[in-house]
Amino acid sequence: MKTYTHPVYEYVGAPDTGGAPRHWPVVVAGAGPVGLTGAIDLGLRGIDVLLVDEDDTVSVGSRAICWSKRTLEILDRLGCGERLVQKGVGWNVGRVFFRDEQVYEFNLLPGEGYRRPAFINLQQYWVEQFLVERLGELPQAELRWRSKVVGVRQEADRIALRISTPDGEYTVHADWLIAADGAHSPIRNMLGLECEGQVFRDRFLIADILMSSGFPAERRFWFDPPFHRNQSALLHRQADDVWRVDFQLGWDADPEEEKRPERIVPRIRAMLGDAAQFEIEWASVYTFQCQRMRSFRHGRTLFAGDAAHLVSPFGARGANSGIQDADNLAWKLELVLAGQAPEALLDSYDSERTEAADENIRHSTRSTDFITPKGAISRTFRDAVLGLAKRYPFARALVNSGRLSLPVTLGESPLNTPDNTGAFGGGPIPGAVAIDAPVAGPRGKWLLGYVDGGFTLLCFGNAVPADALRSLARDAVACAVVQVGGAAASGACLIEDSEGLAAKRYDAMPGTCYLLRPDQHVCARWRAFELGAVRAAIARATGKPAEAARAAA
Amino acid sequence: MTTLNTEPNVSVPDDFYQDLIDAHRDLTEAQSALLNARLILLLANHVGDLTTLREALAAARDDLGAVK
Repeated sequence: MKTYTHPVYEYVGAPDTGGAPRHWPVVVAGAGPVGLTGAIDLGLRGIDVLLVDEDDTVSVGSRAICWSKRTLEILDRLGCGERLVQKGVGWNVGRVFFRDEQVYEFNLLPGEGYRRPAFINLQQYWVEQFLVERLGELPQAELRWRSKVVGVRQEADRIALRISTPDGEYTVHADWLIAADGAHSPIRNMLGLECEGQVFRDRFLIADILMSSGFPAERRFWFDPPFHRNQSALLHRQADDVWRVDFQLGWDADPEEEKRPERIVPRIRAMLGDAAQFEIEWASVYTFQCQRMRSFRHGRTLFAGDAAHLVSPFGARGANSGIQDADNLAWKLELVLAGQAPEALLDSYDSERTEAADENIRHSTRSTDFITPKGAISRTFRDAVLGLAKRYPFARALVNSGRLSLPVTLGESPLNTPDNTGAFGGGPIPGAVAIDAPVAGPRGKWLLGYVDGGFTLLCFGNAVPADALRSLARDAVACAVVQVGGAAASGACLIEDSEGLAAKRYDAMPGTCYLLRPDQHVCARWRAFELGAVRAAIARATGKPAEAARAAA
Repeated sequence: MTTLNTEPNVSVPDDFYQDLIDAHRDLTEAQSALLNARLILLLANHVGDLTTLREALAAARDDLGAVK
């Protein structure tokens, strides 16, 4: 590759080979984006975490390239979002073509007043490298390369892992194991578990090409283009003048044959024109599945990312949803390890993230059915939609070349405290991710920057009395108060709603309070502060039984 | 409660039927299928309400067993 030199991370002889197995609170298997995110989050929470990976470098090939706003917000919390944004390519415009003409274009620009754009594009290897470097700054986290989990034994109060290295094998013990070991998850296989769902009978060629071109940074998607009849094609820009091209090949294509440059170059020439100058950086032929494990928690093992669920690449739902898995899991593990929440809290990881996976699979399956119609009548309707889309706005809403990843609202979560009937007419509902807004205050210009690791009560105006504020700060599961506007309450972090957008986005009136979880999801909200209600909601959001939640109130 | 109107509603039924048949004149089977699909999409958008559309889908699927 011309634009990227893969770092080689050296294997360092593990200090706990020989002697009694060392005990870790958490071991993470797989240093991809999901495992790295989880390990960084845990490390920042002061938890000793061991991350093992069988390889000694980052992703070969660009793989995931579209990183969503929510992913960037999560990585901002972990202290590495800015590096992705600086290196990545911003884009907002997508164009959809049918045969030889453009049928419509969309603009994802979400409007002003958010720190992060809807998406940036960046090759997965860059993202992994930045995450590895961030992890290296955390004394609590240890990353061991060329270390493969080859045995898993779940015991009553711990899990024993056999790790294979160039020096031989050794055992470590852990309270919890995060299996982020990818689509083929060896740990899933070792535990005799399966991923279930639909396999699509289609093949796609994916290639990264290096090219200096005047093309703008847009997502271009073609249905049945003249240069690739009866199939679809995609062109998308990444960092360093690398472009992603994707060609649907059909089920009968020979994957080995299609990977040869002699086959790839003419396809790209047909797409870009004879004058195009480019070099192939990486190519692969893939098929895909829409599948998930029935449960993401199996005793002391928690599955995350591709190990737990698989979607088609259309819509950027793979890595982005995996990072949300890690975001959902880290704070729960922290509380359980500290004895501040029952193990049952981890069952909510399963219920919340399977709900999210189902939504992603539903979107992804629908996109796939549109791109690869099954049967003549499906194709007729697809072509009818595309034919109408050029002239009629209504049909554009039906064109589905990938519904782009938005954070899933965990509306069914048992951790949510339902709203009082009629209390809110807008704003993020319990289960939704908190919405960013520009603010002024001591820790930066964005609201989400004030929700950084623990429970946070976001209140509008001077709603929380000083003694209640002190009580919340001293509780076992502490809750910080961030006050938007109003006279300064002692102990609260005071911020100003500099453009009035925070109050608008949260449907706020003086006294309105939102309780935000450590992963920035809303779990309860009220029109007026009441200490007992906040404590009960925190008890509920930490998986405590209803009686305990009532007692907290 | 059904929202799908299945009482006579088209102003001149015979004219509409004739227009429908005429619209397909000289078309290949594939073109006819495409025309039907476009027509369904245009009309569905005009109706808009998903409940009504689902009732129409169910009504259209009902009794298909007789035609084989």
